[in-house]
Amino acid sequence: MSNGALGRVYEDGEILVRQGDAGDCMYVIQEGDVEIVIEKDGRETVLAHAGAGEMVGEMAIFLHEVRSATVRAKGRARALTVDKKNFLRRINEDPSIAFRLVETMSRRVRDLSDALARVTRAADGG
Amino acid sequence: MRIRPLVSFPTSSHAGLRLEDGSRVGVVGAGPAGSFFAYFLLDMAGRVGLDLQVDILEPRDFLQPSPQGCNMCGGIVSESLVQNLAAEGISLPTTVIQRGIDSYHLHMDAGSVLIETPLHEMRIGAVHRGSGPRDVQRRDWESFDHYLLQKAIDKGARLVHARVDGVALEEGRPLLKIRGGGQERYDLLAVATGVNSSALQAFEAAGIGYTRPEVTKTVIREYHLGREVISRTVGNSMHVFLLTIPRLEFAALIPKGDYVTVCLLGEDIDNVLVQAFLDAPEVRRCFPPDWRPDAKSCQCMPHISVRGPARPYADRVVFVGDCGVTRLYKDGIGAAYRTAKAAARTAVFEGISAAAFHRHYGPVCRTIAADNVMGRLAFVFTRLVRRMSVARRAILRMTVAEQRRPGHLRRMSGILWDMFSGSAPYKDIFLRMLRPACAAGFAWAFVRSAWPPVSAPGSGKETVS
Repeated sequence: MSNGALGRVYEDGEILVRQGDAGDCMYVIQEGDVEIVIEKDGRETVLAHAGAGEMVGEMAIFLHEVRSATVRAKGRARALTVDKKNFLRRINEDPSIAFRLVETMSRRVRDLSDALARVTRAADGG
Repeated sequence: MRIRPLVSFPTSSHAGLRLEDGSRVGVVGAGPAGSFFAYFLLDMAGRVGLDLQVDILEPRDFLQPSPQGCNMCGGIVSESLVQNLAAEGISLPTTVIQRGIDSYHLHMDAGSVLIETPLHEMRIGAVHRGSGPRDVQRRDWESFDHYLLQKAIDKGARLVHARVDGVALEEGRPLLKIRGGGQERYDLLAVATGVNSSALQAFEAAGIGYTRPEVTKTVIREYHLGREVISRTVGNSMHVFLLTIPRLEFAALIPKGDYVTVCLLGEDIDNVLVQAFLDAPEVRRCFPPDWRPDAKSCQCMPHISVRGPARPYADRVVFVGDCGVTRLYKDGIGAAYRTAKAAARTAVFEGISAAAFHRHYGPVCRTIAADNVMGRLAFVFTRLVRRMSVARRAILRMTVAEQRRPGHLRRMSGILWDMFSGSAPYKDIFLRMLRPACAAGFAWAFVRSAWPPVSAPGSGKETVS
């Protein structure tokens, strides 16, 4: 890693966030890609991928619940932690810092709506 | 056309003033405060469909090495600012960050201790504000100020290479007089000159109730050691010193690229004080044994603000960054981001009158100013520690013990980390100092450091790393 690389490097397959763990931070991917995976009944489903500049694990900032999915590096990736306490303190002073987070979450809702529509259509035999 | 001086500049009777499509905004100074203001102003204006013309007036070229292209500061991007910028979509690239800092090394006569970042992550960035010291030999990196300025330009701001010589009022709007002739009239003026600019005199004389901040002098020197030597000696740590040298308040070594930056803060700071610091054994141990400071190294003695003006705004004028309100001794770039963004937010959503700035920008300034009061108390405590060797040993003992027990609560380490890094508000740090568990831990370490005086482990040259 370069001397000027902020954050932490995760090797291929290394886990940033584990489903079921308590969380008190989110991550902003600086380099490389990560995949967001949900595990149920011993099976893994890849929900999404995230690349440089994207946020992952952001639900931990607002929900007092365990992590809903696992995030792991797909290839070598570098990510920066954003602490919940620091971020909430900043939102309190400047709500507009959440603009980008709301954009990210809106995009995810739209992607999920599209996915749900596809699944419903497939189930209906369309 | 009649131009009159700003003596009668209105300050409270234009509550309805707002930016409109086509409004012209002038930003005086392209340091972090000016670039952040322009960037966020254009970003938020774009979100609400407001079309603004933004000029950034800056006489310097940040691509030029030496103090001519530099805004002269220690060049630390704090942990909280790194995170906030990442959340804003500004991830500082490796070409801008000269070295990621993952730890602090506290040096006292009683010994040294390494305090690591809570998550073992590079969370603090060391940057060159300009294009490097005057003896720079290779430049495979980017100036921090130039990077931010480019971000603002990419958002649509226009860079005007010009020095502002005067300010006046024309038909109710601020008019800038440019050196060498020429005038520019704006609907809103954001002043982000820092405290080392002669342009501030024009605003002080303008009769808008603005008084420049109280300042103190600092010393900054850049010593070329080379990356490999720095990796072996100073490493990825910022080294801070609590030494008993008279007049020296605070000192730090910051590794960045091929250089180590020395920052000193003290009373009536001069070359004698700098030399006394460089000769101190605690400092010598951080450098290679055969190293001698190069007298020709890049150096400057800039002022920093220690108390901002009570009202850094007027109708159509707002002061952001150091020439407005900033944090005491720490995180000046972080304060520039907070004040610049709050001013931009106010201008887009609330208006550009003194009343709008007072109601929506003022609270951020007042929060920072109130926190600086707590900061002064925290520095009084630091001063006491510097004078009492048993207190220094107690702090060292407590911190060393915490660093040796991973997973345990790190009360003193956390306080020192936040104090040095500027990550948390001073109020937060001060209240944590007073918590019973922390106070009791310190009292116990104090007693153990005082008795028995000879065999106390913390009284030796104890180093944990």
